[in-house]
This record gives sequence, C-alpha cells and structure tokens, in this order.
Amino acid sequence: MKEKIADLEEKARRLRVAIVKTLHKSQSGHTGGSLSAIDMVCALYFHKMRHNPAEPAWEGRDRFVLSKGHAAPALYVTLAECGYFPPEDLMMLRRLGSHLQGHPDSKGTPGVDVCTGSLGQGLSMANGMALGLKLDGKENRVYAVLGDGELQEGQIWEAAMAAAHYKSDNLCALIDSNGLQIDGDVSKVMNVNSISDKFKAFGWNVIEIDGHDMGQIVAALDHAEAHKGAPTAIVAKTVKGKGVHLFENKASYHGVTPNDDELPEALRCLGCCD
Amino acid sequence: MIATRDAYGEALAELGGENDKIVVLDADLSGSTKTGVFAKKFPNRFFNMGIAEANMVGTAAGLAAVGKVPFLSTFAIFAAGRGWEQIRQSVAYPKANVKIVATHGGVTVGEDGGSHQSVEDVAIMRAIPNMTVIVPADGEETKGAIRAAAAYKGPVYVRLGRNKVPSVFPAGHQFEIGKGVVVVPGTDLTFITTGLMTAAAVTAAEKLKAEGISARVLHIGTIKPLDKELVLQAAEETGAIVTAEEHSVVGGLGGAVAEFLAETRPTLMKRVGVYDRFGTSGKSDELLKYFGLNAETLIEEAREIVSRKK
Repeated sequence: MKEKIADLEEKARRLRVAIVKTLHKSQSGHTGGSLSAIDMVCALYFHKMRHNPAEPAWEGRDRFVLSKGHAAPALYVTLAECGYFPPEDLMMLRRLGSHLQGHPDSKGTPGVDVCTGSLGQGLSMANGMALGLKLDGKENRVYAVLGDGELQEGQIWEAAMAAAHYKSDNLCALIDSNGLQIDGDVSKVMNVNSISDKFKAFGWNVIEIDGHDMGQIVAALDHAEAHKGAPTAIVAKTVKGKGVHLFENKASYHGVTPNDDELPEALRCLGCCD
Repeated sequence: MIATRDAYGEALAELGGENDKIVVLDADLSGSTKTGVFAKKFPNRFFNMGIAEANMVGTAAGLAAVGKVPFLSTFAIFAAGRGWEQIRQSVAYPKANVKIVATHGGVTVGEDGGSHQSVEDVAIMRAIPNMTVIVPADGEETKGAIRAAAAYKGPVYVRLGRNKVPSVFPAGHQFEIGKGVVVVPGTDLTFITTGLMTAAAVTAAEKLKAEGISARVLHIGTIKPLDKELVLQAAEETGAIVTAEEHSVVGGLGGAVAEFLAETRPTLMKRVGVYDRFGTSGKSDELLKYFGLNAETLIEEAREIVSRKK
C-alpha cells in the first residue's frame, strides 16, 4: 500500500507539472483550483475508478463529474495521462477548434460524460447518474468534485437533499475546500461553514480529510464505497495553488495563469528540471 | 374535448410499457401534470424530486447520461422559468436526451393568476441552441408529439395546457417533428397558429367563408425547427399572414414567423397573442376573451389584413 501511495504521489506531481505547462501555454484558465483538486482527481483515476481509456463509453465504467468545471485543466491532464487523448491536445486548451473547451464539454472530449462549468449543477447530474445506474442494478459508482465556494449555489443543497432522500450510496461528492473564491475568502464572501455539519444535517455520510494527503484520500474513497444507505461527502481541506508557492493560498490566482517569469520557478517547485 | 395534459398522461404511461428506458421526474405536481398515471404504473421509474426544479432538470440530465430517456414535468412557468439555465447548461449544451413536458402553459392556467401564467416559455426555450419546441393543438396531436419526442434523440420542450380543448385532428393522426399541417385550405390569407389557437382559427375560417374570405389555417405544432417550406408557401400563395398563439407576441410563433419572412419574403403580417404583459386571475375562457385569444379576434384581424392587401 505504501508503494501504491508513493506511486500516486509521484503521478500527482507529474500531473501538477502538466497543469502548469498547459496553463502557461494557454495563458487562460484556472490555476489555483486545478492545483487544489488534482490529488483527489489523481487518486480517482489512478486508484479508485473503474474505467477504460481505450473505450471511453464502456458501460462498466464508474462516472466522474467535475462540478467545479473551471478546474478543467486538472481533469484534462489526467485524461491525457490515462490515454483518453494525445497529450499534445493539452497545448490547444481553450483555442478555437480545440476539443478542450474552457470548461468540460462532453460533446468533444473523450472521457467527459457531462457538461459542467456553470457552478452548482454537477451534483444534480451526478445523482441522476447514480439513480440511473441503481435502477439498472449496476454496481458502478459516481464521483463528483465540488468547490467550497460552489456550495453557495442553492441547487447543490437541492441535490444534497435528493441524494439522501433516494439513498444514493453509489454517489460520492468530494469537496475541494481550498477556502478561496474569486472575490476572496469563502468565509468572508459568503460563509459556507460548517460544510461537514451541513452535509450531515442533509443525511450524508461525511468524512473529513487533508485533500493533499494521498493516504487519507485513498482511505476515504474506500470508506465511502463501503458505506451503505447514504451518499458520502469527503470534505477535503486543501490549499489553492498547492505545490507552487507562488500561487498558494492566493485568491488572485483563481483565474490567472503562470507567466513566462513564473514558469521556471513553478516547475522547480514541482521538482521538474526540463 | 380533452386536455393536452390528460393525453400526455395516457401516452406516457403507454410508452412506459414499451420502453423501459423511459423514466419520469416531477416536482410535486404529478397529479396536475398527469405524470401520476405513469408513477402508478411504474413506481420504480418515477422520481418525485420535490419542489426543486433546478435539481430536477440536472437529475434528468444525469439519468440521460447513463442511457435513460427522462421525461420531466411541472408547470411551464417553473420548468422553463426556474429551470432555464439548468436546461441550457445541463441539457441543451451537451444535447442530453431529456424531454421537458411543461403543462399549464399560457393564460388558461386561469385563477392562479399572472404569477403562474407562462407567456414567455416558448420564446426562452426557442432561443436555446439544440432545442426542439413543440406546442400541440389537441389531445391527439399531443399523443403523437410525446411519441415523437421519445423517439427523437436530444432535448425537446413540449408545451401543454391545463384545460380541455376542442379536437383538431382525427384519431391516429401522425405527428412529425418540424412539419406543419394545413388544416383548412385557403387563398386570401393564412392563419399560422399553434396550441389551442388552431381550433379558434378553424372556427374563424369557417365564419369568414360566409363573408367570401378564404382563410387558410396552417397549424405549426413544432415552433422549432419551424416548417419554413409551408410558411413560405403560405406567404407566397396568400400574401397575408395572421399568427396566433396563447403566448407573448415576443419571441414565440409570431416572432419565429416574422423573423423568417422578414428575411425571405416580407409579407403583410399581424401577430395575435399576449402583447408584452403579464396574465391575471380569472376563468380561463374569460381570460382568452380578455386577451383577445379567440375566433372573434382572428376574424377581425383577417378582415383588416385582407383590406390592407388591396
């Protein structure tokens, strides 16, 4: 297991490098929230989820919904690393004609099942998938990554209510709680705390973790799968911009990309020599 | 006489027996929208989502993403109004196979008043790319439209009404998405109508005949995509168009026809509908009269437009 965790950590490091390079190239996109979510996305794709990059529409796959769609670079570098599409595509992020849209688009990108980006809508879709899979007697699970600022959207709580009501225990929401949103601290813009208490009050199984501790992420995902009768929310404390000190804990890096001056230092932070 | 929502309930329950991929969602109005008929027959495939329309739309999109054919229903004001952005983002943008069947469209909602009378839903649904918008004239067409919506792969918005409406089409009438129907032939003008206004236009055409005015009635069951061929033919052959709908004149059928003809064949035109105002409480037949949504108005507009032709 220790070796597995170390492998995942190394994978996450490489994905961070890819995020930084991709966003440096595109000069448009969301750096902070991609780096805060990547450890969880990495654990899902390289440890937890059943999926087949050679057959993106494989019926036996688990489903993933990036409800905080602005973290698309985190999803795209992961899908590329898995082999859903060539890594060269990443260099076309947000360009006219590219399948890699600013926010995930199921119409063009292999491995993307739904369109997200308008915050607050992903959990509803994830629960719809969970209900449909259960109706068919399938064991497949559905994972949704949400932002903490995103929890300010009322639809999230409509979905939270419905998922608990229908006992969607094949649904797991991972809350990337980096504490920052565009206008500043989530607690100052519009306080959503306590996130855990809110999900508990809605009838969810709740696990609190450090969202950058791969061991804790893996354990929480296993625990979520074992829990029956209610959906699970993994409330993950994270750092916006994690891994690159230039971007860490800075709301200003929500929608700002690494510039030419920052790139070498950012890559150095990530142990990248090339 | 049957309400289009009753025809929907019947058709949906029938389809449910033929296709087990069909699932149905409602937001606490299953008795009124008639999805309750399906719910009773197929309880496992029915999801009451409570009074939370935004989540209902998103849930339907998720169900479609795993291969289901979801029909979701509530009143038009809540489906199209409350759910608009979810319909745009989660349904139309990915071209999800979701069917939105909104009942209680227009002013015939009646006593509940302006807050519940949707006169904008066709316009705001029509503005969304990938969306198909259907407004059946009667129960028979509704049954066909529901079948066609289920067979079509992609988002569809069907607008139904609360009250019993006269029959326009015979039993077994075949509905085809995007195809208008010339219900009454005529040469002096064309009533281009949708929903319950088609029956009113048929009545108007009969009365006008006695005055020597030959009015064609072109029923447009699919507002989007518009049957441009029949609309253009009507403009060319009759030279005068009166549109009519239980909806705002902004952006609905009248808007669609005007947009199309303005660019292809500018034609004398009059739009009958709700003139940029909200509804109000009253009995539905009183309201149709109050807003001028009846055969009498159509007759007056026909006389007027025919006189302008000369």
